[in-house]
Amino acid sequence: MSVIKIDRPGQSVLMMGNEAIARGAIEAGVDFSSAYPGTPSSEILESLARVAEHFGLYAEWSVNEMVSLEAAAAASLTGLRAIVAMKQNGVNVCSDFLMTVNLSGTKGGLVIVACDDPSAISSPNEQDSRNFAKFADLPLLEPATFNEAREMTKYAFELSERLGLPCIIRSVTRISHSRGNVELGELPERKRSPSFEGVSIAGAFVALQHAALHQKLEQAREDFENSKFNWYVGPEGAKFIIVTSGTGWFYSREAVAALGLDSEVGILKIGTTWPLPEKFIIDHLKPANELLIVEEVDDFLEQNIKVLLAEQAKTLGPIEVYGAKSGHLPACGEMNQDKVAKALATIKGVEYSGRDEAYAQRARELVQPYLSPRIPTFCAGCPHRASMWAIKSALKLDGRDGFVTGDIGCYSMGAGPAGYFQLKTIHCMGSGIGLATGFGKLGQFDFNRPVVAVCGDSTFYHAAIPGLINARFNNSNVLMVVLDNAGTAMTGFQPHPGSGIDALGEPAPVVDIEGICRAIGVPVKVRDPFELDEAIEELCDLLQEDGPKVMVFRRRCHLAETKERPQKKVFVDPDKCIGDECGCARFCSRVFNCPGIIWDPTTKKARIDEIVCTGCGVCAYLCPQGAIVIEGN
Amino acid sequence: MTLEKDPLNLIITGVGGQGNVLASQIVATAGIKDGFYVTVGETYGASQRGGGVLSHVRFSLQTQCGPLTPEGQADIVIGMEPMEALRVIADFGNPETRVIVSPRPIYPIWVLSGQATYPPIEDVLGGLRELTGEVRVIEPSVDGGTPLPTNVLMVGALAGSGMLPISLSSFEEALKEIIAPKSLELNLEAFKKGLEATAT
Repeated sequence: MSVIKIDRPGQSVLMMGNEAIARGAIEAGVDFSSAYPGTPSSEILESLARVAEHFGLYAEWSVNEMVSLEAAAAASLTGLRAIVAMKQNGVNVCSDFLMTVNLSGTKGGLVIVACDDPSAISSPNEQDSRNFAKFADLPLLEPATFNEAREMTKYAFELSERLGLPCIIRSVTRISHSRGNVELGELPERKRSPSFEGVSIAGAFVALQHAALHQKLEQAREDFENSKFNWYVGPEGAKFIIVTSGTGWFYSREAVAALGLDSEVGILKIGTTWPLPEKFIIDHLKPANELLIVEEVDDFLEQNIKVLLAEQAKTLGPIEVYGAKSGHLPACGEMNQDKVAKALATIKGVEYSGRDEAYAQRARELVQPYLSPRIPTFCAGCPHRASMWAIKSALKLDGRDGFVTGDIGCYSMGAGPAGYFQLKTIHCMGSGIGLATGFGKLGQFDFNRPVVAVCGDSTFYHAAIPGLINARFNNSNVLMVVLDNAGTAMTGFQPHPGSGIDALGEPAPVVDIEGICRAIGVPVKVRDPFELDEAIEELCDLLQEDGPKVMVFRRRCHLAETKERPQKKVFVDPDKCIGDECGCARFCSRVFNCPGIIWDPTTKKARIDEIVCTGCGVCAYLCPQGAIVIEGN
Repeated sequence: MTLEKDPLNLIITGVGGQGNVLASQIVATAGIKDGFYVTVGETYGASQRGGGVLSHVRFSLQTQCGPLTPEGQADIVIGMEPMEALRVIADFGNPETRVIVSPRPIYPIWVLSGQATYPPIEDVLGGLRELTGEVRVIEPSVDGGTPLPTNVLMVGALAGSGMLPISLSSFEEALKEIIAPKSLELNLEAFKKGLEATAT
């Protein structure tokens, strides 16, 4: 049973931060929810979709974050409550609409959840989405605990509705993907009915709307002055205060305790970080003459506090501020307790070490020789391994030094050993084909290397279609390879317009990838990448053609496939495998690099790891001795 | 209800696909049932594709802890893979840390491809013994039939060890809530096997 639908107010349950956000939305009586999947945000919509029927709310996986926000805003403009969730890159995608819906205003509560990924654990970049709140003049909330994530989401709907403005919640990986105690609130009756009168902001009225937006933001500031999400802990009249938000609250409190500084260092925790509750902050900073600002990624809080200190210089007097600018804390990467403790120890001139230094050194010594890191790779049986092999082989046969532009998805690992280092660029969704259209037009400058753009099926719908149209319109020499594995695999196999099912698992129409390519006027071929010989040959043929062309490599994600049906057994025939005598240089394990194939040092022959192998059989195609056997073939 | 140390830090480690997240969820749910604040911090994302996985499970009677264990502060380490356990000790261990570990290796891609070698298991266990206060080795069940899930086996071993002040009934309730009905029987069996392996 889904934890977010439990109807026992007051009970404490274990919830992931993303589930707590979904629960907060349910407790606010949310009507409409939409998202495009992206780590670490995906579980918000997944959780809501799972209970959509039960609560009678609407949930959709949208084609991208821009459409997702627009769809949710439509619900809000009729007076319904709507939530939209995305990872940091999604905020960039929807920002064009964001910069006008702030002016037009909204009606029903509209909550935008931006989940940032400090240290880019599962992302192509690291960015601080809080800057968008300031940029767009929108109220911003940052949860510091799991229960606060629930409470803030609920409050965000009320605030949004009161102001007629979207409200942004900024979460991070360590809130969204961590779990902790969440106290369940009441489940309300949903009773809104939609009506729409129309909005207009274009042209002459924009200046007027912008002024009104500033007034709304001032209202938000007043609301924040008395917010329960802002608090101070520590001694009265502390001369040294840590100002923090989000996960910084956890790390600051633990660092102060670890250093035994509870009696002299105070912590001012701010949950409403834009616009800042200025009076509340000034009141608490009056006794201080030193501050340490603890936050994750950019120096957002630090800069805004510094402006406030400058404005209040007469009241507050000189205050030394430590943080990113002073070099005591990094302005990039994840924060943690150790970083805060070290900064605090340096400033206060006290000793800090997590454990005995001699022990730590011995521990590192003992582990050092074994530290071959585990790097991520394509799963055993992944169709992308075969596709990358086909692309690599075709480019080699083609012989004109062709290269691959990459995109965002599992196949991004094609930049590493999993995909034979084929991908030479990775930026944002849709940038593979976008870059390729440019590379493909450099012939007049004597740059004639063939360019192959790879993109996944979900990425194709999300952001790659305009790039392909551009390639056709400007007749760029590009081969686009769509790696169609029938779902948004990297984020947990959520459905997309090609899947045939919607967010609730109900049947949905299929938007046909090759149909779109044909309509654009681009030649398109479809091939199972496991048919390696044919796949390579067709790629070679396409590379010879001028102008844009598309190859769709279609095979379902093997991880999804093996969950549904038993796979064939694959084994190495020890009589046929002749090991190092073969001259293949351990092709199957060392070169093809599938984790399902092991080199057995005792027999000096290849062996299939039965637990890891999923029976795709591609290695059987490749073995020069024909020593790998697929059962039943 | 007491804690020998507050917060008490447990780290569960293994390789993507071994069910780290489920194991930490079971332990944490059981902890909340017994009235603790529990925080679970997990590494996700690309780690699910064959990388190392780490779950920090932190118990307190006073407050919600942060999702990451500070350096050298692990009280208990559950290693579903021996080399990953040693790696965790290098960052989070101290001379009092207690370890429950499976000795079955899962080879990284560099070992598979012949560019690195996996050390003898006895060396890895020896390292663990040198660096920590206690090491209990739990052999994954291999008595024929369907192999028992290592994650729940290790959770059983943790429950049986008495290292955590969490009641057996809360562990069992958590298992029943979290595990899908079709695989509950197998998991309860794994839990029992683990329990028997450490219970004294």
